[in-house]
Amino acid sequence: MKHSITFKKQLSEAVYMIKVRAPLIAEGRKAGQFVMVMIDEDFGERIPLTIADADVAEGTITLIFQIVGQTTQEMSKLNVGDALAVVVGPLGTPTHIKKFGKVVCVGGGIGIAPLHPIAQALAKAGNEVTTIIGARDKSLIILEEEMQSIANNFIVCTDDGSAGRKGLVTEPLEEICKQDKPDMVIAIGPPIMMKFCALTTKPYNVKTLVSLNSIMVDGTGMCGGCRVDIGDQVKFVCVDGPEFDGHLVNWDNMIARLNAFKPCESNCRMHKAADKKAEEYK
Amino acid sequence: MSYICPQDLNVKAKEVFADLNNKQDSLKAKERMQIPLQEMPVLEPKQRGTNQEEVAIGFTKEQAMVEAMRCIQCKNKPCIKGCPVGLKIPDFICKIAEGDFQAAADIIQQDSLLPAICGRVCPQENQCQLYCTVGKSLKDIDKAVGIGRLERFVADWQRKNKTAVIPTIAKETGKKIAVIGSGPAGLVVSADCRRAGHDVTLFEAFHKLGGVMRYGIPEFRLPNDIVDYEIANLDKMGVKIVKNFVVGKTRTIEQLKSIDGFDAIFIGTGAGLPIFMGIEGENLIGVFAANEYLTRANLMRAYDTEHADTPMFKSKKVAVLGGGNVAMDASRMALRLGAEEVNVIYRRTIAEMPARKEEVAHAQEEGVNFLELQNVKRILGDKDSKVRALEIVCYELGEPDNSGRRRPVEIKNSEFEIEMDTVIVAIGNGSNPLVTQTTPKLKTDKRGNVIVDEAGATSIEGVFAGGDIVLGAATVILAMGEGRKAAKAINKYLKN
Ligand SMILES: Cc1cc2nc3c(=O)[nH]c(=O)nc-3n(C[C@H](O)[C@H](O)[C@H](O)COP(=O)(O)OP(=O)(O)OC[C@H]3O[C@@H](n4cnc5c(N)ncnc54)[C@H](O)[C@@H]3O)c2cc1C
Ligand code: FES
Repeated sequence: MKHSITFKKQLSEAVYMIKVRAPLIAEGRKAGQFVMVMIDEDFGERIPLTIADADVAEGTITLIFQIVGQTTQEMSKLNVGDALAVVVGPLGTPTHIKKFGKVVCVGGGIGIAPLHPIAQALAKAGNEVTTIIGARDKSLIILEEEMQSIANNFIVCTDDGSAGRKGLVTEPLEEICKQDKPDMVIAIGPPIMMKFCALTTKPYNVKTLVSLNSIMVDGTGMCGGCRVDIGDQVKFVCVDGPEFDGHLVNWDNMIARLNAFKPCESNCRMHKAADKKAEEYK
Repeated sequence: MSYICPQDLNVKAKEVFADLNNKQDSLKAKERMQIPLQEMPVLEPKQRGTNQEEVAIGFTKEQAMVEAMRCIQCKNKPCIKGCPVGLKIPDFICKIAEGDFQAAADIIQQDSLLPAICGRVCPQENQCQLYCTVGKSLKDIDKAVGIGRLERFVADWQRKNKTAVIPTIAKETGKKIAVIGSGPAGLVVSADCRRAGHDVTLFEAFHKLGGVMRYGIPEFRLPNDIVDYEIANLDKMGVKIVKNFVVGKTRTIEQLKSIDGFDAIFIGTGAGLPIFMGIEGENLIGVFAANEYLTRANLMRAYDTEHADTPMFKSKKVAVLGGGNVAMDASRMALRLGAEEVNVIYRRTIAEMPARKEEVAHAQEEGVNFLELQNVKRILGDKDSKVRALEIVCYELGEPDNSGRRRPVEIKNSEFEIEMDTVIVAIGNGSNPLVTQTTPKLKTDKRGNVIVDEAGATSIEGVFAGGDIVLGAATVILAMGEGRKAAKAINKYLKN
């Protein structure tokens, strides 16, 4: 199977959207699922990317990625006609979609990409969808139109006020919980944002789903590297998740584990590339 | 035992060979048993502990022939009964002694598809060699004929001399078979069913083939080239190979039948579910399942820091929990990746370890420490959630349990702490649930293993299973044996 890239678009400075040929995955995928991607079969790493959308007729899936390391860096250089070496999936447990009533979808930064298909499915299932999306500044907001078009209520937040409201996504979230308690919240974004959202909704007892982005190797439940503490149980994000009850996640452990390879990554090419990129942004 | 370099072993073998070769036919059993056992030549321990090169080098021609002469060709051939695939052991050994390696290869090929692999990784001391008459007469199973080493010699000889022929394929039947998983079970089913003329597609979840032989067993014990070679043969036979395809996710078993039109399906998905201890601190940074550790190192080639994108954890002091082959592989890998100190922690003693004897010996030679009669109670972390130390509790051996091994009993108040920064958990694997969870009609036992009948048929018509997904984590040769049996059943099923 050749996973050719059929479409490419830069969404913000370090975020790209591509469509890739993967007919079986396009056919079978459901909201909330992901694929494992490699750019080189021999020495590449396997990285998880959420399936942001799919076109069954065309046989393609849409992936949105941010440049964070070696693989995403190199992926950003691929163009239409090039191909990914490996795309495998759809993996993970799909989001449980039904009519909950009033739902709030909170997306932060690149997390807006995985949130989009879920918000879409929730809207389609007849929910009243409020969407809050946020980022550091205006240039980092992605999929604004797409998200707006499916929301009954739409709020944008930026840290510097360059778009929408100035402040964190948790502020409007808290107001909503206070004024008109939602039936469910789903928050996807940087771990610290998801943790904060879960903390915000906890006092109001609003069920809050989060989508965890642990470090993965295989993505099929074989290695245990993606494990997280959920309540008093150990779960594998790649098969039991990626979505979990945010109130049960052991956030400190989850966030610490994300940095497990940091000290040694600094010796490897991947980390060097990331460091360089971070330097460029300064 | 002290280290003897390969050259010296060969010089000795040559001397013995020169002395014996002409009088082979007249050798009496007693004389044969006096021929010195041929040790496997290996790389020097210090040197090998830093790279991925294969440790065991393999017999020279003279060594192989001398070792083969040790076989007394006894009447009742107990070794064959000890082999899960019933290899005609005395026959191929006889040919080696005669120097007719091609004939030996042909005999092996009748029963084993993967001799280069089995010769390297089979636990012969519990199988064929356990029953060897020579070992029994000498009252030491370590002195049994080196059947595994000889098998490997023949397979390597054949590979080097490119004398293997692609088996003939029967007339195309037009029947489609899906084989799920490219471990030893799946490889054997693919070959046997293809030989019968069926249209076989082999599906593998990973981007490389071979199952545990690829992602688990390290290069220094089983080089990838050998696995690749065996798989290339399948390709030549016309088996269709589809990688990066997760059955249960990309397609369910049901869909493979209803949409893709497969007439029969074989599930050989292995025991890919890591088991953890369930103790405090197991999610700290620096704790890995052996599966993760070995997959990063082997499949993702993280040992090659120059080229690989997948990172490897940098360790100083490593604790490996468990006493099987997986624990040996993990500890030896940790050493090769630069750990200063590697400790295997095991509740019983070395004598009770399920690992192959040779692996334990190799690990010891390379400098792995063995902490016997100890177990980890808790893993202690620092302020950054990194492993800092282990709390260890001591054991003593009590009465034998059902398996006949003496049961370890905890010694009260024997706890102490040792500093460690890495813990590799190698206490076993459960069965991979991806297929079973998405195939509700497939009957499994309470451990999640697929239930099959004598022939390897599951509770769903036309669906067969074998290998670790049926047996629980077992061995390469048992997986092969299961595959062989299931292939027979599949071929029979498709005839009707
Ligand atoms: C580190 C280690 C060392 C070992 N050492 C030895 C040894 O020295 N000697 C010995 O005899 N045995 C050893 N074993 C055990 C031996 O490797 C296994 O018993 C044997 O490989 C089992 O074969 P299998 O074909 O059943 O499955 P596996 O080898 O596990 O292969 C299963 C394959 O199926 C694939 N798969 C799983 N799920 C799916 C799916 N849903 N869709 C598609 N593909 C899927 C997997 O990716 C894998 O490639 C060792 C095991 C380990 C882990
Ligand atoms: S990524 Fe290996 S178990 Fe989840």
